[in-house]
Amino acid sequence: MIVSTSGYALEVVNLKKAFGGLAVTQNVSLSIRPGERRLIIGPNGAGKTTLFNQISGDLRPNSGAIRLFGSDITHLPPYKRAHFGLSRTYQIITLFAGDTLEHNVTLGLLGLRPARWQMWRPLSFYGNMVAEAHRTLDAVGLLPLATHPISDIAYGERRRVELAMALAQRPRVLLLDEPLAGLSNTERSTVKSLIASIPRETTIIMIEHDMDTALDLAETVTLLNYGRVIVDGERDAVIADERTREVYLGT
Amino acid sequence: MKWIGIALLAGSLLVPPLFAGDFYVNLASQILIAAIFALSLNLLVGFGGMTSLGHASYLGVAAYICALLTSRYGFGHGTAALLSIAGTTAMAAFFGLIALRASGLGFLMITLALSQVLWGLAYRMSNVTNGDNGIAGLTRPAPFGISLDSPISFYWFALIVATFAFVMMTIFVSSAFGSSMKGVRDQPRRMAALGFNPWLIRWITFVYAGFWGGVSGLLYVYYHKYIHPTSLSTTSSAEALLGVIAGGSGTLGGPAVGAALVLLLKNYVSAYLERWNMLLGLVFLFIVLVMPTGIVPGVSSLTARLRGGSR
Amino acid sequence: MQFWIIQGLNSLSLGGLLFLLSSGFSLIFGLMRLANLTHGAFFMLGTYFAATAMRAHDGLNIWVAAVGAGIAVAVIGGLFERLVLTRLKANPLGQVLVTLGMSFIISDACLMFWGGDSIPVPTPQNLQSPTRVLGFVFPTYRLVLVGCAIATAILLYFLIERTRLGAMIRAGVDDRQMARAVGIPVSNLFTLVFCLGAGIAGAGGVLGGPILSAYPGLDADMLPLALIVVILGGIGSLLGAFVGSFIVGIIYTFGTALFPELAYIILFLPMIFVIAFRPQGLFGRVGA
Repeated sequence: MIVSTSGYALEVVNLKKAFGGLAVTQNVSLSIRPGERRLIIGPNGAGKTTLFNQISGDLRPNSGAIRLFGSDITHLPPYKRAHFGLSRTYQIITLFAGDTLEHNVTLGLLGLRPARWQMWRPLSFYGNMVAEAHRTLDAVGLLPLATHPISDIAYGERRRVELAMALAQRPRVLLLDEPLAGLSNTERSTVKSLIASIPRETTIIMIEHDMDTALDLAETVTLLNYGRVIVDGERDAVIADERTREVYLGT
Repeated sequence: MKWIGIALLAGSLLVPPLFAGDFYVNLASQILIAAIFALSLNLLVGFGGMTSLGHASYLGVAAYICALLTSRYGFGHGTAALLSIAGTTAMAAFFGLIALRASGLGFLMITLALSQVLWGLAYRMSNVTNGDNGIAGLTRPAPFGISLDSPISFYWFALIVATFAFVMMTIFVSSAFGSSMKGVRDQPRRMAALGFNPWLIRWITFVYAGFWGGVSGLLYVYYHKYIHPTSLSTTSSAEALLGVIAGGSGTLGGPAVGAALVLLLKNYVSAYLERWNMLLGLVFLFIVLVMPTGIVPGVSSLTARLRGGSR
Repeated sequence: MQFWIIQGLNSLSLGGLLFLLSSGFSLIFGLMRLANLTHGAFFMLGTYFAATAMRAHDGLNIWVAAVGAGIAVAVIGGLFERLVLTRLKANPLGQVLVTLGMSFIISDACLMFWGGDSIPVPTPQNLQSPTRVLGFVFPTYRLVLVGCAIATAILLYFLIERTRLGAMIRAGVDDRQMARAVGIPVSNLFTLVFCLGAGIAGAGGVLGGPILSAYPGLDADMLPLALIVVILGGIGSLLGAFVGSFIVGIIYTFGTALFPELAYIILFLPMIFVIAFRPQGLFGRVGA
């Protein structure tokens, strides 16, 4: 296991992925520093979610490496990556619809704890965990709804629950896959300030189509197109870059 | 409301030994055995989200091991019971490794193929299993010296085991692990991203379900004092699955109710018709087409509506 | 030496039969994502049909019987698909359960109608005399069976790969929703494929009659073999069904001949092996 001494939170090294003849990730390399707020942009089909899926382990790359705080996680199954401090949200909300908000977030906490193998005590026994779940719900402003089932609450609120679940584990690296998708204006600003308030202990990598909102949150930006990194750097520099215009406006 | 239900249940469980004749007591024992079997299957189907058509493997193998150890190799009942359960659980562990390479329909097909292979073996290996003749002349154990030969004493024994099984399975399902299991059933990708190991959670559930299937197999062979390859057949697995679905796989008690209904139907029908399989098939079609969530959820939503209406 | 030749041919003829049984199953699974547990019963219906039709009228041609049974079983399958399966589009588990229920109904109906005894199916007159090849004597009918399987494989290949209908089927297999979106009548296609699969099984049942005889429980004997063929060969792959059928035919025949009590375990082992190392089967696609 190669341990990097460069101190990056997440490194993607020459990642390649192809489905049959179609190359979806072509030699992608990223270096993200701890505490950074990185935004990944690109037109539809650029391979952004595919890249996320390879980082989270849902997809196996054909070649290349992924390192989390120096540890090589390229061949680890998704659940092990969570134990290394990786967390993610999904484009399509994947909550436990029939369960309460409280239960959802508690499950989020349970994933990293030995209690998950406990075969006779119920979750309610773990007062500390439930209290922590309540704190997390409070942090996203949803504590009053804790005992409601997910199916009862609005879409924007579900997004916040998802975020709560991902944050509950105090991840070192958080992948946000289009967190603002499908939200109304008010919901958007609520979620945006939530993301802005995430502590620096968590490095954030975000995919977003809503440029206006996302660019406010980003410090650095990576532009992908056809599975390749086109531009990569500080936000303002990337926005001003000619190549960015080309990709979005077409030449 | 819940307490009335529990009181009724306790009452109905006490009726057979106290008031009914031998025939009904025996029927009640059979219902308890079928209930444990269906509850063990529901650990897989309802709570684990893994539909198996090969659950009879565990009932049958435990029964056969016990039958062979006691009748042919002179083991005492206590040891035979332990070895049967241990053997069946080990088999479940092994089968789980194979079947869980797939999910959904692939899993279903593999469990079906595995149980059919066992069924075929039971018929073919006649110098071991006695093939189509089955193994007869078996005895019931006598725990603490108490004979289980009378219908009533066997019923109490079955009731104690069934209650224990129900309590243990309920604890399992309601535990933190049970929550993980249900989470993996509903959103496996999300659970993996949260740090849960979906494969291991499923495998443990599979083994535990096999364990209780084996327990029901022991009761089965004690009750009948006879074992035949049909106990390993797809029909046997299908009856349990029907009980689970008819009773409602989302609830703890539903499968027991469903299993009771299937057994009562089978008993009733075999008095008048020879064509149980055909009726089983028709009932399958009926339940799936008309009442897919099962009877118990249907009744409880009905009572909820009635209560809501009377406020 | 004679032993190996005879068993070799028996393997091939069993393999051929298994292909007639499992090609339909594989097609149905591949397109409709349905594990059709009625498939063994469809096959058995064909065998019982042959048993009656070929014994009643002296010399009802086996080919006519095969086509007749194929059509009859296809019709039964089609009715079942239209009346029952289409109502369960949102419930894949329910679909499997009703095919199981249907298999019970058919097998009990056969028991009711034909009784519990095994009914042998006569080998067609003109195929009874043995064939001499290279100094060895082969039962002709078994050679013909292998030929039928190969012919069916070739016909199916042409249907799937070279016709417009086949292209529609392949599109439906790859991406059901997309196929619908481009105007392919997917639900009609489903009915057609189900009928085709059932029909081939029925015809296969007729052709298998002289070798297997019609008996209650034939469906329960054949279905797991079809399952193992498809697990081995890969779901939705015709080539997989073809290769898998012959592998299972060889293993089962030699296994039963050499170790009669353990034939099922011997079948079991390659299945485990394949599942452990290549869960999508020899020719299946990952995620099929």
